[in-house]
Amino acid sequence: MRHLFLFLPLLIPLVTAVLGLLAWNKPRLQRMLGVCGTATLLASAAALLVTVLKEGIISAQAGNWPAPFGITLVADIFSALMVLAAGVMGLAVSIYSLADTDRHHESVGYYPLLQVLLLGVCGSFLTGDLFNLYVWFEVMLIASFVLLAMGGRREQMEGAIKYVALNLIASAFFLAGIGLLYGVVGTLNMADLAVRLRAVPHVGTVPVIAVLLFCAFSIKAAVFPFFFWLPASYHTAPVAVITIFSALLTKVGVYVLIRIFTLIFIQETSTGQPVILAATIFTMMAGALGATAQPELRRILTFCVVSQIGYMLMGLGIMTPLALAGSIFFMLHIIAAKSALFLSTGIVSRLTGTTELARLGGLYHKRPLLAALFLVPALSVAGIPPLSGFWGKLALIQAALGTGHYLTVTVALGVSILTLYYLVRAWSEIFWKKRQGTDNDEYHHVSPTHRRQMLVPTVLLASVSLLMGIAAEPVFRLSLLAARQLLDPGSYISAVLGVRP
Amino acid sequence: MLIALVMSGFVAALAAPALYHFFPRFAGRLCPLLPLALCACLLALVGQISAETPLLFSLPWIPSLGISFSLYLDGLGLLFALLVTGIGFLVFLYTPAYMGNDVRLGKLSGWLFAFMAAMLGTTLAGNLITLFVFWELTGLCSYLLIGFDHEQEESRRAALQALLVTGIGGLALLAGFILLGNISGTMELAELLGRGDAVRSHPLYLPALLLVLAGAFTKSAQFPFHFWLPAAMAAPTPVSAYLHSATMVKLGVFLLARMTPVLGGTDAWLYLVVVTGGITMLTGGVLALLRNDLKQILAWSTVSALGTLMLLLGIGSPVATTAAMVFLLVHALYKSSLFLAAGAVDHGAGTRDITRLGSLVKSMPWVAAGAGLAALSMAGLPPLAGFIAKELLYEAKLQAPLAPFLITTVGVVSNALAVAAGILAVWLPFFGRGGDPDLRPHRVEIGLWLPPLVPGLLGLGIGLFPAPVGQWLVAPAVAATRGEPALVNLALWHGFNPVLQLSLVTLGAGFALAALRGPLLRKLPEPGNRPVWGPEHLYGMLLSGLQGFSARLTLTLQSGRLRYYLMIVVGVTVVLVGFTFLTGSGELPSSLPRPDGGIHEWLTAIVILAAAVMATVTRSRLAAVAAIGTVGYGVALIYILFGAPDLAMTQFCIETLSIILFVLVLHRLPQFTLLSNRATRVRDLLVSLSIGGLMTLMVLMAVSRPLSSHISTWFLEQSLPAGHGRNVVNVILVDFRALDTLGEITVLAVAALGVYSLLKKRHKEES
Repeated sequence: MRHLFLFLPLLIPLVTAVLGLLAWNKPRLQRMLGVCGTATLLASAAALLVTVLKEGIISAQAGNWPAPFGITLVADIFSALMVLAAGVMGLAVSIYSLADTDRHHESVGYYPLLQVLLLGVCGSFLTGDLFNLYVWFEVMLIASFVLLAMGGRREQMEGAIKYVALNLIASAFFLAGIGLLYGVVGTLNMADLAVRLRAVPHVGTVPVIAVLLFCAFSIKAAVFPFFFWLPASYHTAPVAVITIFSALLTKVGVYVLIRIFTLIFIQETSTGQPVILAATIFTMMAGALGATAQPELRRILTFCVVSQIGYMLMGLGIMTPLALAGSIFFMLHIIAAKSALFLSTGIVSRLTGTTELARLGGLYHKRPLLAALFLVPALSVAGIPPLSGFWGKLALIQAALGTGHYLTVTVALGVSILTLYYLVRAWSEIFWKKRQGTDNDEYHHVSPTHRRQMLVPTVLLASVSLLMGIAAEPVFRLSLLAARQLLDPGSYISAVLGVRP
Repeated sequence: MLIALVMSGFVAALAAPALYHFFPRFAGRLCPLLPLALCACLLALVGQISAETPLLFSLPWIPSLGISFSLYLDGLGLLFALLVTGIGFLVFLYTPAYMGNDVRLGKLSGWLFAFMAAMLGTTLAGNLITLFVFWELTGLCSYLLIGFDHEQEESRRAALQALLVTGIGGLALLAGFILLGNISGTMELAELLGRGDAVRSHPLYLPALLLVLAGAFTKSAQFPFHFWLPAAMAAPTPVSAYLHSATMVKLGVFLLARMTPVLGGTDAWLYLVVVTGGITMLTGGVLALLRNDLKQILAWSTVSALGTLMLLLGIGSPVATTAAMVFLLVHALYKSSLFLAAGAVDHGAGTRDITRLGSLVKSMPWVAAGAGLAALSMAGLPPLAGFIAKELLYEAKLQAPLAPFLITTVGVVSNALAVAAGILAVWLPFFGRGGDPDLRPHRVEIGLWLPPLVPGLLGLGIGLFPAPVGQWLVAPAVAATRGEPALVNLALWHGFNPVLQLSLVTLGAGFALAALRGPLLRKLPEPGNRPVWGPEHLYGMLLSGLQGFSARLTLTLQSGRLRYYLMIVVGVTVVLVGFTFLTGSGELPSSLPRPDGGIHEWLTAIVILAAAVMATVTRSRLAAVAAIGTVGYGVALIYILFGAPDLAMTQFCIETLSIILFVLVLHRLPQFTLLSNRATRVRDLLVSLSIGGLMTLMVLMAVSRPLSSHISTWFLEQSLPAGHGRNVVNVILVDFRALDTLGEITVLAVAALGVYSLLKKRHKEES
């Protein structure tokens, strides 16, 4: 039964995608399938988390070929939490898409593609095999590329090409790293790699491969100076698409960085600490400064995505239980809060027809709920207490101060105030400022059904951020448990290979 | 009970807008009842609590992060909480009258309630993190309240400025609190207060102190962070009275008082706090006299008063602490009265410009009475409470451990400036002869004149009967601040001593300053809206500098050109990997395995290399495609040479197919045009050579040792018995690692879907 829970997060999106393709000319059926499929995915993810909490790390072998020869699926608390986040985001975006997706997108398979994307994401979170991870990366990459390009507008094509070119470089590095590692160690199973590499000091090729893989995953995670693909492409896509991209794609990169560098390349993680922390610092700064410079809401938010990646990497640089727990909590927080921001941006754009700050304004009195739906996640991202972002940052800063990383702390705090600045300024421009022009009170009509479909997921995600702040204990306890598991690779290895090394 | 005290305000904040919406008539009368009830509760506690027996409440909040939600009520917290609720009551009484029929009244009341609750939370917090959470909430409420008239650009600017300045301080404070927690091992106030010696002797004491001071100084508008406070006067007057004179801006003072047992008493504390307080005191006093707007005068004099309070806490002697607590109370009373009166004047006369106001006593006598009493208290005249505070102030300054003469002189000057400010803000508008005859001030309703009158009268009452206040309010606060029992005997008359002489000097100087101000002001150039130098100017420059810097940086980094992105990504990877190579054990393969096959292997290699070079230099697209195809065919040949004919066949198929597809697309396009110059091409060559070289090196390193055959032998052995296939590669693909194949099939399907969507779009556009 528990093996089933490991396969369900892959099976459900795959089956839903296939069914969606079979229902090619029936958009209504596709929409229903999308919502039902992601709801089932969410339920199965919750079941997986409960199972992992009850039984510890669980693993299953695809086709029943024994590890390390076949492909292993593994779930610990970290991966189960991430699958749960993918389920929540899948459902939220599927509902939002009902109102936000245009005919053309629907007619060329938007809903099945969303499922394929979720398949790739869940596969990356659950696989215990390095080459299989590469396959899921490819699945994600092709699905996201088509989602980006399917609108077919010139700027979308330009963005999509940059996106795919840079991500293919990452794939090439990743594949080269896998090949070399297989040549040196002779295995692809991550637990087996960990066993074979933990016994010996890493000399010669192994650290070099580790760095190559670090670069590959850093490109995926949009870490400085590899983040260019993200601001170049995200802002061209429809809001629902950017939301799920920003919520999950870069997080997969961060997840894999944390997974690989706490499980396989532990020795490199401690010697490479200055590099990781430097990447953290520069990612935070470059993203925040980029966002400060933008006059348009979606670009602000895409740079903001980059900036927050830095915080998530901090835990890996510090490598204490508290720091890793902070990173994991921060990831879950930012998935909810940033998505709520993107979705409310979508509503703003739907109402006004623009996302240029200069042309927005006056929504404060007309749409007070929307003002709150933007402000709460914005403050949460900026780290204002008692919202979710605060606790994540608190844990990270506490860990960094406790280990004497004062420069990192300074930058993290400085970027916080910068984030507060550009997000609150944007909010004040959209909601407080008087709208320029004569049609001050004219907003586009949005049908009540669409309004519900857009508001429900936005409210849901914003309240997740609020609740994760006011009642942070459950999620933080889970993050701490997950961090402890990560720092004890032995339990992962024994769950996969059956023997404790 | 404590938690109800704090949280009731948040509930009211949510309820107030609805209340105003459904019962507009009663809401205005109901709202003041909550602060009144809270104030009564707190008054009932007076005398029951002391530094030894504080009221405690604790709830685990995030136990896995070691954070609890704790409240702690001692004499200091009680004094502040009384101010917050007492003045809150007056403000809630005043707001409906001030706002009239404005539909935003419900929202304003809601935010004011939230602010009151946040203030109570901050002053009653028993845990550093709890304190910080509420501290930031007050800042947030302040942002939303300053920007209340949000269609004015000035309001939005002032609100953001206040948020950023106090926000920076807030983050410093957070870091300081975490350091304090790390040093002392506790975030609980009750435990922390007893570990002052351990904290002060810790090597991280100074950073922690600086960070906490940064938080306190920004919040309490100390020089050079003072400028946000006068700008915050863009808020509606009840907000200015409540947040920006009586309560929120005193949080910095509160924090230092709270932290005195932990951080205070060192030289660093003394110098930093006294000097900052002194400069702020003087700056605020001088600038108050240069303004004509009533609220601006009051705001700057608030800055000066905050400086005085800081200075006293910096001195930290028993008499200085007593003076601080008395002055805190007295200032809150007279300043709230003056602000509320200013609002009434604005409401009744339609202007706050003192050059246009005069003889208002006729039209608003009660307001004049309240403001008059407040001004007398501000000037420090007997028998008002202000007199007692000033006597104590001078006594504390005369006994200061650091440059008592200088401090006293500065004190006299700034008090004289306060006297002059009182004359400007009250005497001229209410009792002066001048004034614009076109103004037709009208009478104001009770909601506007009662709130300024009450604190004025309270000031008089405390002045006449100071002893109970001293014993029941001030003494416990002093005891909590100093961490030792305190005896406070307040009296109006101390005899004709040096302190009284200083008071007389102060008064005389104040009158002289007020008289000289007019002629002096005419000599000065007309001040613009924004200063051309000073901290506020610096803030503006920093902000626009940041904007410009980030714009330039982003243009450089995110240049929009794929070529640069690729170059950076590849370049950084090469540098990082290369660096690891060089600093690692440096096991470069000394002897390479030489190709043993002979001439045909060499020939294949040469063909591949030549084709690769050809692909990069040719001007013809077709030739380039053909060259790439040749590379692929060469690689397929290598597969054959090393015994993998099945791979070779796959490779041949793929290469052929790609070439055909390429040719079909490309034959319509023109030849390559050479757009890059020589230098660019050399650079591109270097980048590609570096990554190619690096990859070659890595492969050579990997093959320089025998390849590990850890799992591959298993595949060879198990292919037939377990997988029922002789073709091992096939069995791996469709059985052992079927999940990979499933993923790759999905990739192909999605790619097909993508092509279809693009074609369809194109088709639609063409038709």
